Amino acid sequence: MKDLLGLKDVSGQEIRRILDEAFRLKKEVLEGSKKDSCLSGKSVITLFYENSTRTRLSFELASKYLGATAANIAASGSSVAKGETLIDTAKTIDRMAADIVIIRHSASGAPHLISRYTKAAVVNAGDGMHEHPTQALLDLMTMQEKKGRIEGLRVAIVGDVKHSRVARSNIYGLHKMGAEVVLAGPSTLMPADLEAMGVKTYCDVDRAVYGADVVMGLRIQLERQKKGLFPTVREYHKFFGIDERRLKLAAPDAIVMHPGPVNRGVELSADVIDGPQSVICDQVTNGVCIRMAVLKMLAER
Amino acid sequence: MSLLIKNGLVIDPQNHTEAVMDLLIDGGVIKKAEPEIVAPDAEVYDASGKVVAPGLVDLHVHFREPGLEYKEDITSGSHAAAKGGVTTVVCMPNTKPVVDNAALVKYVINRGKEVGLINVLTAGCISKGQKGAELSEIGELAAAGAVAVSDDGRPVVSSSLMRKALEYAKMFDIPVFSHSEDLELVDNGSMNEGYMSTVLGLRGIPKAAESVAVSRDVLIAKQVGGRLHVCHVSTRDSIEAIRAAKKCGVHVTAETAPHYFTLTDRACDGFNTNAKMNPPLRDEDDIAAVIEGLQDGTIDAIATDHAPHHRDEKELEFEQASNGIVGLETSLGLGVTYLVKTGKLTLCQLIEKMSTVPAQIIGFDRGTLGIGKIADIVVFDPDATYTVDVSKFESKGKNSPYDGFQLYGRVDMTITGGKIVYRNTEY
Repeated sequence: MKDLLGLKDVSGQEIRRILDEAFRLKKEVLEGSKKDSCLSGKSVITLFYENSTRTRLSFELASKYLGATAANIAASGSSVAKGETLIDTAKTIDRMAADIVIIRHSASGAPHLISRYTKAAVVNAGDGMHEHPTQALLDLMTMQEKKGRIEGLRVAIVGDVKHSRVARSNIYGLHKMGAEVVLAGPSTLMPADLEAMGVKTYCDVDRAVYGADVVMGLRIQLERQKKGLFPTVREYHKFFGIDERRLKLAAPDAIVMHPGPVNRGVELSADVIDGPQSVICDQVTNGVCIRMAVLKMLAER
Repeated sequence: MSLLIKNGLVIDPQNHTEAVMDLLIDGGVIKKAEPEIVAPDAEVYDASGKVVAPGLVDLHVHFREPGLEYKEDITSGSHAAAKGGVTTVVCMPNTKPVVDNAALVKYVINRGKEVGLINVLTAGCISKGQKGAELSEIGELAAAGAVAVSDDGRPVVSSSLMRKALEYAKMFDIPVFSHSEDLELVDNGSMNEGYMSTVLGLRGIPKAAESVAVSRDVLIAKQVGGRLHVCHVSTRDSIEAIRAAKKCGVHVTAETAPHYFTLTDRACDGFNTNAKMNPPLRDEDDIAAVIEGLQDGTIDAIATDHAPHHRDEKELEFEQASNGIVGLETSLGLGVTYLVKTGKLTLCQLIEKMSTVPAQIIGFDRGTLGIGKIADIVVFDPDATYTVDVSKFESKGKNSPYDGFQLYGRVDMTITGGKIVYRNTEY
């Protein structure tokens, strides 16, 4: 594996290896005192064309915990703002001998484009509405950790599926690991021919959540309401939000996940976010572990 | 100088000719078409096993001159056309500046004559500055030689302006070429809406964005008359709207492009910007509908929408990349391979769609091999295959999704006005 551009082309076996490595690193590096300097001497660059707090910090800390030299490029303060093309930026970074480039971009396919012009390993940290593979990996890790398995789980993903790279990567990852995926959201926020991806879709969230082992809310960007994709935030929460009543329809030991940041009282009610079934904070911790594992495996290639 | 083309399968849809014979060209016109012509002074070309047909007439090309010569110019475009067997083109007026006045119409035509390889014709703009507000001087444009009017590249958003364009252009007997598209439904989409756009996470363009606009245009034409020509038709519903309009006697013609009967939106996989065009590549059902439309005459013509771009405009994020592909050097091969070899159209029908009927749509006296007619001719081998190699294109644009395709229908010679303008020297 040269790059991690998406989970579409990653095998279940490779996903398993990444998860195993992430669990090991969690124990040894995050929870233990043992140092791991497997990325010592490697340079990791984060190139973020979109705002991000947790993903960026998570990658940055992951690379530092493993001893890498990390540098950040914020699109607004760089030559990007002066109109440099993505390819020219890629070539420039390449000439500075970067080992790994982590890119987030609002255009689907941007990491794929960059990967053709650099020798460095490219990690997709979210591209447009396409994929966000490390998010799906950390979601898988969290499910494995909390449920003891992924295979056979029924996972309900609820919200703005159309614009969600998290949903797409999760569909691929969950299918490869043998889970069942059901999706729900307003029909204006469901992409075309979704069922051809091998998932069940519902507009009735109750039906999607019913019996689910995992209930995952997706972030809704409030600008979507301005574009007329749903009438009001109030109506959205009423029909598509996960509250305590809806959560009761899921399996009694179901866990609640969200890629963050959450709009409290919109995708999830406050009681659900802060409730005993929520594993949102564990997702954040596992995010660092997954990113350590991915960086380590790409550096070893 | 005279030229004798011997033993070719001469196909002339207009005169219902399809027979092996000789063709004698002299003084730039077709002198004789009969078996065993003897002409001792003529240069002889042996066309055994090859087709001799009227030169192709492409109603829809972008030669980018004036102003965008870094993409293409009339010289490179003419060479590309000649290599593709195309002897007449209609340039779209979305250049820089746009061709919305008589001086620019004359400029384009004269540049074509200076280059002297093919007949370079042009459309003028429907609206001043292609701004979609006021009619351009369509009378002046027509008098200067514009064979059509079009705001191609952009739709005529205003239904009222489309009505006026059809009514006004009718006086000068030129067609209105409509780029029919509902921009609100496009909503910043960059590829066909469907499974592939979902997988790639790209904003989709619904088929209705085209079909709604085509339906509007044919209904306006039904009301006010005029000659509506629908450009680059790509969806089943558009075709059905045109079919229904024709049945009611509306004077509407339509063209499709080779990419709409050869490729689906799956070609966009891997964020392939050479498969990005407008209208976007659709799906198998639309391909079937386009072929049915060609078969039953709903679609009158095959045009390329030859749209050269600089590589810097294609090697970009998919959503930022320019729309369009080059087509002049692959159109005949794609037609032969995907329509004739598959039994969808006969060779004669293909030539009708690529030469005879398009010439009639713009009222240009070409597209036939009748005696005394100007000798615009293509000689091609329908059974010889060749591999598309974009690096060998004459066009400045290398933006083709067909690189590496094996196609039948190799062009061996192109003749314009009795003069050989292209000869395949590789074989």
